[in-house]
Order: sequence, then structure tokens, then C-alpha cells
Amino acid sequence: MTTPPAIPPATPPATPPVGAWTTATIAEIEREDRLVRLRLDVEDRIDHLPGQHYVVRLRAPDDYTAQRSYSVASDPADPLLELMVEALPDGEVSGHLHDEARVGDVLEVRGPIGGWFTWTGEEPAIAVGGGTGVVPLVAMLRYAARLGVADRLRVVAVGKTLVDLPYAEELLAGGAFVATTRENLGSRVAAPPYPEELRDLAEGVERAYVCGSVGFASYAQRLLGEIGVRADTVRVEQFGSTGT
Amino acid sequence: MPVTRGFTGRRRATDSTTPGRADRLPPGQYDTGSEFPSLTAEATPLVDVDSWSLSIDGLVETPQRWSWREIHALPGDSYHGDIHCVTTWSKFDTTFAGVSVDTLLDAAGPLPEAAYVMAHATTGYTTNLPIEDLRGGRAWVVWEYDGKPLAVEHGGPVRLLVPHLYFWKSAKWITRLELMARDRPGFWEQNGYHDRGDPWLEQRYQGDP
Repeated sequence: MTTPPAIPPATPPATPPVGAWTTATIAEIEREDRLVRLRLDVEDRIDHLPGQHYVVRLRAPDDYTAQRSYSVASDPADPLLELMVEALPDGEVSGHLHDEARVGDVLEVRGPIGGWFTWTGEEPAIAVGGGTGVVPLVAMLRYAARLGVADRLRVVAVGKTLVDLPYAEELLAGGAFVATTRENLGSRVAAPPYPEELRDLAEGVERAYVCGSVGFASYAQRLLGEIGVRADTVRVEQFGSTGT
Repeated sequence: MPVTRGFTGRRRATDSTTPGRADRLPPGQYDTGSEFPSLTAEATPLVDVDSWSLSIDGLVETPQRWSWREIHALPGDSYHGDIHCVTTWSKFDTTFAGVSVDTLLDAAGPLPEAAYVMAHATTGYTTNLPIEDLRGGRAWVVWEYDGKPLAVEHGGPVRLLVPHLYFWKSAKWITRLELMARDRPGFWEQNGYHDRGDPWLEQRYQGDP
């Protein structure tokens, strides 16, 4: 047993930093089918905690604006801020970022935001993400790898197919349990994760994170409950709507 | 701030065809249409209406507690109008039904020094509000949405509704209103969000004017 490496203070500051509006220049951009990965050079950036998000604001020539929140995928130590955005049907902001944005464009951004859905490495944790819900988990994984505390974070990533799942290769390489629901993965038949598959991963965890659509978050919370994760240790970040 | 190259704004084009809708959208918000997004920070609880109650305590003349049946026996009230979430969606023409917070506060009798209220949910979620924001027919405790029982992901069976403020102030699974002399930050307010949260002033985060 080696001595655990030094990690940042036990709890985030009582009021975590919320940055003011600033500008960010697109340094790298990579498009896939429905995803766009943006690497931003943020003016006067404030370091984020793994799990936090940023707001991106677009401005039209007549000063009309549209803004949306996106989870950060990068490690706080990364000189650039990385966002992974899914182009939603008719998405005003995501559509622009996916179809129109290019290297050198300047965006308005604000962040980091959110002091709850954060993991700073102290507690052993299980983190369950569905689809683009894996993005903040990627930030946690990268952070854990850099600090050498990867054994304290068990990641469960769920996608329809491996191609659909953002960061699928990185998640697999980082030791995440990956389940695909619409295609077989190796010898695993297409299905959401079963309780038996996660039971060992949840052994000894003191914190749980769930991130994904409303439907996914509800499924993942039930699943964690079934394997004995206490509801009061679960932190949820969900997006999308119930369509009522 | 710089204009975003290539951006003209898509939704606005459709909004402007419906008279009045653009005026109802606070700065930085968009019309979510028929969708009803759901955001939650904690595990969604199963609230049992038989053991649920709503209390008012702290700086009041007579602390009060209503069971599910008792609160339904109070004079009912409803809200018809718009709601605004800090994550930038707004939803027009919603209808919620329940009881006015005025009815509840009148029963408890706030003491003159009661200036703020902490709303507590069964999950431990809290949010703080100035007491004036809960008075004057602007706040409700609701259990119906669009004529149907409020769904659990939207705070059912019962939530606070303060539609003139960002929607995180409308605590889901409400169980207690604590009247206080001094303001104290609630859950999101400790996590960087604004103490008042007026969407028309765009009071999203701590430090916003």
C-alpha cells in the first residue's frame, strides 16, 4: 500500500468560484456525426472542479443572444477548456457549434458553474453517465488519472452504440465499465447495465454521481438503489425534458 | 462583447410570428415550447402523501402543520402563466393548482422581524427567499399541473411555486417553510447561485447585480 498522493482540500470552498462573462477562442474543433468537441482558450480562466459546467453565449449582429450550459470534459490542469456538445435537432446553440463554428471564432463564455456535481478525489465514488452525460465523468477520470487516484473512481458509461458514446475509447482505456444498449459489445449482449454488473463497482463507495437524460437518470438512480447505494449519497445532473 | 461569426439566431424567427411572446421572454431565455425540462440535484424521492406534512415555523406567532388531507381542505388557488429556469428555458402558459402561500402564512402569523424564508424539501434541499416574494398572491404550494397530479420528476406530489423568480426557488417536494430574520443561503445559493434570482434582472449567479 503506497501513500495516497496529496490532493486538494477536503471540500470545495463554501462558495465555489463563478467566473464572470469572458471570451474564449476556439483553438481546436473536431466534428463527429452528431457531436462536436471544442477546445477553447478562455480569457482570464478560473480553474474549474471536475464535474462543473460552463455557459456558452452566442451573439447575433443585432445583439440578440442565446446561451446554453455544457459540462466540462477537460482536467482543470489542461491549458485549454474542453466541451463536448451534442447537436440537438433544431438546437439553436448546439447546431451553430456543430455546423458553423470554426477555429479562431470567439465565443462568450461564463464559468465554472455549479458547486454540487463535483468530485475532487477524496471519497471513493461511482459515477454513472448516459450518452453525453459521460462528459463531466471524463473530467473526473482525467483528474483522477493525473493525481493517481483512479482507484477511487468507478465509472459506468452507457450509450446506444460505441460510436454514439462520447469518449468511448478513452472511457474503455481508463477502466470504465461500458454498456451499450443497441449493439452487442464483445460477449456482452445489448442491454442497459444490470445490478449484478455494478455490484462490485459500488463496493465501498461513499458518493455516487448520475448524469444523463431524465429517463436515464431515473433508471440509474433505481439501479444504484438496488445495489445498496444510499440515496443521500447520490448527486444528480440531468438534462432534457419529459415532453409534457 | 463580440458578435459570434455566422450566428443570426434561429428560434427568434419563429417567436416573432407569435405576437407578445418575445416580450414575455426574460433576457437570455428561450421558449421551450411544449417540452417541460426537469432538473434535479439529488436522488428523486418517493414522497408518501400519508406521512407527508407541510410545516411553517421559525418567526411566527403560531407554528402550523398541515397533513396532505388538511392542506387540500384549505381554499384552493391556481396559477396560470409562465415559468423561467436558470438553465435558460422558459415555459409559457403553465397551469398549476394548490394553495396560495398567503393562506398558509396568514394562518401562522409571521412576526414583524420575519424577513426571509428558507424552504425545505423532504430531500434536504433548501432555497432561501425574501418573505415579500412569497406574499401578495405570487407564491403557491401546488400538487396539480395542467389538471393532473404533479409528476414526481417535477416535484410531485407537492412543490413550492414562485413563478416570478428562477425556478430553482420553487422547491420540489416541499415540506417546511422556516421564517427567519436574516438571509441564509440555501442549497444552490451556497453553490454559486443568486440569493434572489429575478429572471428579468438576470440574477443567475452570486455576484450578479
